[in-house]
Amino acid sequence: MRRLFFESLFRPPLTEQAPAADDAAIAELARAVEVTARRRLGRSLSIREVDAGSCNGCELEIHALNNAYYDVERFGLRFVASPRHADVLMVTGPVTKNMRDALERTYHATPNPKWVVAVGDCARDGGCFAGSYAVVGGVSDVIPVDLHIPGCPPQPIAMLRGLLALLDRVDTGAAAP
Amino acid sequence: MPSLIDLVQKGRKVRHHAPWPRAVIDSALWASTASELAQGRLSLLGLWGEPAMVHMAILDQEAAAIAVLSLDCPDGSYPSVGARHPPALRLERTINDLFGLSAEGLPDKRPWLDHDRWGVCFPLAGCVDVPVEASPYPFLTTIGEGVHQIAVGPVHAGIIEPGHFRFTASGETVVRLEQRLGYTHKGIEGLMTGATLERGVQLAGRVSGDSTVAYAYAFSKAAEAALQLVVPDRANWLRALLAELERLANHLGDIGAICNDASFALIHAHCSVLREAVLRAADLAFGHRLMRDIIVPGGVTRDLDEWGTKAIRAALNDIRLRFAVLVELYDNTASLQDRTVNTGVLKPALARQYAAGGYVGRASGRSFDARKTLVYPPYERLHFEVPVLNEGDVNARVWLRVREVVQSLSLVDQILRQLPEGPLISPAEPQPEAREGIAVVEGFRGDILVWLRVQEGLVERCHLRDPSWFQWPLLEAAIEGNIVADFPLCNKSFNCSYSGQDT
Repeated sequence: MRRLFFESLFRPPLTEQAPAADDAAIAELARAVEVTARRRLGRSLSIREVDAGSCNGCELEIHALNNAYYDVERFGLRFVASPRHADVLMVTGPVTKNMRDALERTYHATPNPKWVVAVGDCARDGGCFAGSYAVVGGVSDVIPVDLHIPGCPPQPIAMLRGLLALLDRVDTGAAAP
Repeated sequence: MPSLIDLVQKGRKVRHHAPWPRAVIDSALWASTASELAQGRLSLLGLWGEPAMVHMAILDQEAAAIAVLSLDCPDGSYPSVGARHPPALRLERTINDLFGLSAEGLPDKRPWLDHDRWGVCFPLAGCVDVPVEASPYPFLTTIGEGVHQIAVGPVHAGIIEPGHFRFTASGETVVRLEQRLGYTHKGIEGLMTGATLERGVQLAGRVSGDSTVAYAYAFSKAAEAALQLVVPDRANWLRALLAELERLANHLGDIGAICNDASFALIHAHCSVLREAVLRAADLAFGHRLMRDIIVPGGVTRDLDEWGTKAIRAALNDIRLRFAVLVELYDNTASLQDRTVNTGVLKPALARQYAAGGYVGRASGRSFDARKTLVYPPYERLHFEVPVLNEGDVNARVWLRVREVVQSLSLVDQILRQLPEGPLISPAEPQPEAREGIAVVEGFRGDILVWLRVQEGLVERCHLRDPSWFQWPLLEAAIEGNIVADFPLCNKSFNCSYSGQDT
């Protein structure tokens, strides 16, 4: 373990290591998120993730936001365990009829001001599951949505970009409920 | 003891069912097959319905043979398999929810996927509109001094799928866990009916996001079996490459996440980096991080070029270098082992009874791996071992994954070295008469079964059985006697799919 820690001390951070185009974009986005997030919310924005019926693909990529490459926590973006601690709900999936209640309750348990980000193609309108007897449809059919991030699933970089867009809107006061 | 072939021969064999036979049998033979399953001579691979018929897929592991047995149920009922063989319980409850077919003698009549929210009952057997009115779900009772219940979910604390867990605890110790699933039921089998094969494979790839390759693989193989389609050699090899990359990414993620649930964040952080390396290589090579929508009936939609090969090789070399250090760290950290050794023990007898696939089964002595037991191309030309352990604890499930990572690294190497040239896809021609196909593919979590019937290029009925069906119930058994605080650890070591089970 000491060896791993020791190596980590001297190895450059992974985010800045590769000079590829997408890494540059992450760095650029990262700076922008940082400035806006601080202006509006000090140093923190708490996110509660709700799977309203997804295939789990979006969750995998949301998880990736926490890895060393994307490391959202350095911008004060933090995933929290309870809607009561959250500023933002990130909702994935077509909303299934069996999850509708739970999603509504989670929304109402989140204190104001709050924002909802619908993540993935299914979250927009049910995606390829639209029309099923077991599916309500998109997230906005159940709770108000401030932003939609497309993709099946969206890449982590697209989600970072989306959170930035949300922060911009929050700043101009356009979407604050 | 009748063999699987005897069972099929006693029934009326169905034409155009491939590659394994299907026979329509009578209810007496259905019931005696249930007894055979209960005695452990045969394994239950799947049990599903149609509007007036039930099917079960049976595996004879020693003979590496599979057969589908079907029973007409014109009066809407059939002899319960679950009454004799508990692994069938949830499947029979589901058949009742979706088709209104009742299993005679089924000891548990509660609905499973139907939460009274759909506005219809028996949706796959011609819907009947019913008012949305939820009735309370009676959980099983536990009686004893000082026992108390802890209700968790469907919305959990982490970034995971929804499901409800009802713990009954005595102090710190779990006396009983009961799961209630079905929250992510999307009605995929309903959407399949009438779908084209293109849409069908798209839906199959969205049953469980972490197994998108394996599901598309299984659906395509079932469709190809039905249509007698021969897949080009290069496509077969590319499919195996995709499947092994998916296995690698998931196992690496799981190993880290299990350690994280034992509060050992260091391995988690490093494993997440390795997982990301696989996903980035997949993105460079195939244009999608999870490799979605690449396997289709007839072949694959994308070729692998020189750059893709290089990206995969580079990622693998990186993983080889770094993974060994992490494994050594896991092995030498007593505080971590203290959490994983002897925790959440799944007894080999239960794993065998439930025909549990994947690391859950193989960490508890069940050696089944579809790639080895049922051998599908190109695995007959690849060298790999199927690791098996007997301890059945969280530690064994970690080691199983570690050893499978090593095998998959070697498999990817072999595939890249031997990848044949040639076309990527053979066109599917619609057949006027109904044809049926079945496929079993080894996903990272275990064996995925897909059965379908196609006619004139459209799916008439398709059933997708996730490995989790036979793993979730075992988690209830494995957690018994453990402390509540070890549940996340046990749960992650099983890593069952909610969406796959709920479909």
